Amino acid sequence: MKILLSKPGLDGHDVGVKVLAHALREAGFDIFYTGLRKSIEEIVNQAREVNADMIGLSILSGTHVIICQRMQEVLDEEGVTIPWLVGGNIPLEDLEMMEGCGATAIFPTGTKIDEVVTFLKEYQTV
Amino acid sequence: MKNPDKNEGNGKLPNLMTDDMKKVLLESGIEVKSLYTKEDVEKSEADHNLPGEYPFTRGIHPLMYRKRPFTIRQYAGFASPEETNKRFKFLIENGQTGLNVAFDLPTQCGYDSDNPKAFGEVGRVGMAVDTLDDFEIAFDGIDLDKITVSLTINGAAIVLMAMYFALAEKRGFDIRTLRGTAQNDILKEFIGRGTWIFPVGTSVKLVVDTVEYCARNVPKYSPVSVCGYHIRESGANPVQEMAYAFSIAKAYTDETLKRGVDIDEFASRLSFNFDIYGNLFEQIAKFRGGRRLWAKIIREEYRAKNDRSSWMRMIAGGGGGGLTKEQPENNIIRSAYYALISALSGTQTMALCSYDEAYTIPTEKAAELSLRTMQILIHEMGICDTVDPLGGSYYVETLTDKFENKIRAEMKKVEAMGGIVAAITTGEIQDIISHQAYDREKRIQGGDIPKVGVNIFQREETPKSVEFHPYNAEATDFQVEKLRKMRKKRNSKKVNQCLNLLREDARNDKNLLPPVIEAVKEYATVGEIIQTLKDVYGEYEEPIFF
Repeated sequence: MKILLSKPGLDGHDVGVKVLAHALREAGFDIFYTGLRKSIEEIVNQAREVNADMIGLSILSGTHVIICQRMQEVLDEEGVTIPWLVGGNIPLEDLEMMEGCGATAIFPTGTKIDEVVTFLKEYQTV
Repeated sequence: MKNPDKNEGNGKLPNLMTDDMKKVLLESGIEVKSLYTKEDVEKSEADHNLPGEYPFTRGIHPLMYRKRPFTIRQYAGFASPEETNKRFKFLIENGQTGLNVAFDLPTQCGYDSDNPKAFGEVGRVGMAVDTLDDFEIAFDGIDLDKITVSLTINGAAIVLMAMYFALAEKRGFDIRTLRGTAQNDILKEFIGRGTWIFPVGTSVKLVVDTVEYCARNVPKYSPVSVCGYHIRESGANPVQEMAYAFSIAKAYTDETLKRGVDIDEFASRLSFNFDIYGNLFEQIAKFRGGRRLWAKIIREEYRAKNDRSSWMRMIAGGGGGGLTKEQPENNIIRSAYYALISALSGTQTMALCSYDEAYTIPTEKAAELSLRTMQILIHEMGICDTVDPLGGSYYVETLTDKFENKIRAEMKKVEAMGGIVAAITTGEIQDIISHQAYDREKRIQGGDIPKVGVNIFQREETPKSVEFHPYNAEATDFQVEKLRKMRKKRNSKKVNQCLNLLREDARNDKNLLPPVIEAVKEYATVGEIIQTLKDVYGEYEEPIFF
């Protein structure tokens, strides 16, 4: 399974996304990481280029709702159906709205690495 | 996963906390004995130095807090300059003695509030600044003579420093007497934090421009605060935190010397920003050993004559990496210990992370608690009564010596990579640190590194709502509208002249702070100035390592 991890927006906190990249690679996934400050258009294009099966967005600056809305718009406009995940500083109140935008799963701060790995392995087999 | 509460049920602590025969290894690789005696320090340097005397192991001043407590400088800033001004006044009214300004991400990355890249980010993690007008609003009614201001800005530092100097001049200050600090440590932004803009070489040039300008024109201002903090947060161990920060400080120093500025004209204005979390004694030794080593580097390698040049002045107290989202109130207690560590280490300035920072911008209540933590330490605990109270401790002095040597050895490793600038440009440092961050996270999740509430003494918590600092979505419209009005009101012809001059000076490799100051005085925007420089220098391309 190919996963494209990215940091949308201007947030520079990349410790978490890199930790996850290491962990997922170790768990056998094929990982691409885009680096910082990518627009949603850039992320979706790159996901298509590398033929990603999943996109993972890491957001710690509080812009997660806006980014999810934009994600939905761009995917719709481009007719792309790659599933996507969000991780980061996400308050409980925002989960419903983000799922409403089409996020497959959301992993707020405090999520254990194993939970993400297990989720992806199960997703893969479904 | 270990859970003594649930599994053992007899109040017994996990063996790693009681078995003193077990090997104790600090994060920095130092093995700890169960007892230290006089014999351990006989070979130490501990005996022959006093506070205020070279090499300053025991503190940079003879009297330290007995004369004046450390400065309290909580990080603050959000939404518009108007709202930030209110929070500043709240903090000052409550006894804060310095300001530490947070900027929003568009400002930090050099975009104006109306740039499409700024959408949704305006005023979110700090205050939005587009023009000098915003600085005039943010510092309205604040006496720059009494309250020193620290600007937490890096990629766009040259613009924000220019605004601060322009503001001071407009208020009638002689900038030769102006005090304050800019973070302005771009090299660490490539390692952690990530608000870089220009390629590495250009980025260093811009920092050195500000150091050179300040040495000649604003001699009391601290133009750079070199940050071990974010390097540690990104995965470095305490030895690497110090070693990389010192290597970075040396890189700025070497380049400044090439401009013909004497070491004693600027070294005393370099300062440091360090992290505190982890083992209490290890952190204290880190600062004491680091302070001694930095003094030796400046005097022995750079031949500084003035003692002040070799002072390792620092801000320390925060340690976001040690705080947890689980049982967030525990962070209040952790931060109080970090404050104690910082004071026992002889810090000049203290800022604590607020307990809710693991998930939001501090609420007013959380910010107040941080302030009170430091005030209780100063006023109730006797921390200011005597200098370096741990001086002479067999354990602390032994660790201090070991730290000095370990930091020195780690700096040699950086030199072997071709120096810190090369090691950052290739991404080698980032690679080392990111592997360590992963390793640490695995050890926390596996229970090897005990974290209360995370892997021991957990409590089943039903996810619940927590109090958030509210985001003001209207702040964007307000800020953008103000920017539009300013663009109409200002003298566009003069702005263009200033930007053309800046472009010309950039092409001719001149010091760019003077033309940037001229541009901000005409209300050129952060985005316009940064874009002008991008046209000449291009932008940084991040090497991808994980």
